[in-house]
Amino acid sequence: MADASSGTLSLRHRLAERGIDGVTLLIVPAALFVVLLFVYPFAYGFLLSFAPAKGGWLENYRRFFDDPYMYRTIWYTLRLAIPVTLLNIAISVPIAMQVRHLRRQKLLTTILVLPITLGTVLVAEGLLSYLGPQGWLNRALMLFGMIDRPIRLVHNYWGVFISLVITGFPFTFLLTLSMISGLDPALEQAAATLGARSRQRFAKIVLPLIVPGLAVTFCLAFVDAFSVFPSAVMLGAPAGETRVISLAASQAAFEQYDYSYASAIAMIMAVVQLCFVGLVLLARGLFYKGPLGGGKG
Amino acid sequence: MATASADFRELRLDRISRTFGAHNALKEISLTVQRGEFIALLGPSGCGKSTALNCLAGLLPLTGGSIWLDDRRTDTLKPEERGFGMVFQNYALFPHMSVHRNVGFGLQMQNVPKPEIKRRVDEALGVVRLASQASKLPAQLSGGQQQRVAIARAIAVEPPLVLMDEPLSNLDAKLRLEMRAEIRRIHRMLGSATIYVTHDQDEALSLADRIVVLREGSVRQIGTPQQLYERPLHADVAEFMGFRNALKGKILRRAGDEVEVDCGLGAAILGTACDLTTGTEAVLAIRPSDLLATASGPIQAKVTGMEYRGEAYYGTATGAQGQELFFRSEAPLQAGDTVSLTAPKDRVLAYAAGAYHG
Repeated sequence: MADASSGTLSLRHRLAERGIDGVTLLIVPAALFVVLLFVYPFAYGFLLSFAPAKGGWLENYRRFFDDPYMYRTIWYTLRLAIPVTLLNIAISVPIAMQVRHLRRQKLLTTILVLPITLGTVLVAEGLLSYLGPQGWLNRALMLFGMIDRPIRLVHNYWGVFISLVITGFPFTFLLTLSMISGLDPALEQAAATLGARSRQRFAKIVLPLIVPGLAVTFCLAFVDAFSVFPSAVMLGAPAGETRVISLAASQAAFEQYDYSYASAIAMIMAVVQLCFVGLVLLARGLFYKGPLGGGKG
Repeated sequence: MATASADFRELRLDRISRTFGAHNALKEISLTVQRGEFIALLGPSGCGKSTALNCLAGLLPLTGGSIWLDDRRTDTLKPEERGFGMVFQNYALFPHMSVHRNVGFGLQMQNVPKPEIKRRVDEALGVVRLASQASKLPAQLSGGQQQRVAIARAIAVEPPLVLMDEPLSNLDAKLRLEMRAEIRRIHRMLGSATIYVTHDQDEALSLADRIVVLREGSVRQIGTPQQLYERPLHADVAEFMGFRNALKGKILRRAGDEVEVDCGLGAAILGTACDLTTGTEAVLAIRPSDLLATASGPIQAKVTGMEYRGEAYYGTATGAQGQELFFRSEAPLQAGDTVSLTAPKDRVLAYAAGAYHG
């Protein structure tokens, strides 16, 4: 009896040493959630993609890469996702640099983050009329004589681009702001007392310290933009220059009812994303990633 | 890069003020610092000493007054144009740069050629005795070493003025004593002026040529460590300088500097008048180390506690009217004992019972 209790006690101690105790059980619902809603569908789709209706097990992938109409969707998607993500980061950094010292930071943050609550469909719907040939923008530009005829901003690349910038910005901005607010203001003050002007302080102190965080932000925002769907259909040219990869997958699944082919496209999409994320994270490894403070204090 | 010449005669603060909304953090402070001088700004937290330092560095704009380096007005310049070296309380080392690049940052900003930077960084690291750590990142150094890097970084540009904001407050007691000596040595070596903010009077006494005591944004006293230690000008300064006994009483007799005060603790106490003018109320300030337990002294009190500090015993006692007393004793006493206390008359300082005291 005494032996048994000391045995369980030492097991408990050994588990506790590895950080495992009763509280650890709380991850069970989350783990279950991930397995049922992510791991299982992913594995299912993965296997399904290798079981085409006819042909060998790689037939779906061969079909995709033989057909320019299909493999070009990768390029169309990248052509949207990368510039949009970079632009959003490029806008977020200077705004976050200004906002962090602002007393009314909360209000401004709320206003900037509002688009996140609107959803992509509502934004696309709004932009459709705002940017359209009879929309406010074109009418205003013509009124001031800046253009002669309406410029085309919908049903092409730029419509999707603008909509992605709007819906992606809040997310990028929030991540960037939290990173920049985390910097010790004394670092920049120290640089200033050493003679660094504001441009130099940004380039030599702030930027190198936030680059690793920006890389992660880029990955998250990129993945988000890469799966663009509603705005590509509504604001773009879904048959032409904004035929994005998610659209191709959707057509395979719901117009041709070829789930196996659709799964293969989804797998290709995942691989492309992983490649980019991997590249960015690899590059991130070249930068300093330690604590942002000076150590103690 | 507009860097002030290290060769200057004096730094002059002319009635500088800083307000935050309705709060006056600095009230018309004037001070002249000679080249080579070590000045300590001393005061309790919230007295405005860090504000004063940030104003000098240019990190906070003034709301009144001006700052002059000889004939050059500097308070209108941006921090990067002032060329003052600053050591921050949390060191503020650039975490992504090696020690060498941290120390060389100021020189790099001045576009000093690379070989020259290397020479001067090595020199600065030699001064703080860290030459062997040049390639490490700040996070790989101990607190004391980081502190030295921060000092080396501030002095590498050979600034006319070095500002230090409680630089030792994050170090342990032993290291603090060591770094105190280091800072003094480095200051002597450079010959520039140093302004050092601290709330620790020991630090101020041991480092400074002159101490500026601040309280609620105003200068209460400027003096040498000896003057501050032996003859504070006001009761609140005395309290801050370690005169823990503050006994209120009535002046019975006054002859020149000598006063006789009845504090309701037994017989009248003889003391030395400091800022007494007219009036009959006074506050006597006595250091615990000067208030001695003896066989027959003028003060009678009841012992409430005793503490052994190696060289002697220090006790607390309560007087007849509830006054709190801190005294020194050669032998341990029991709580509840009656003790008789005395202090030499030139160590009993009598001040006007002012509004500041409480």
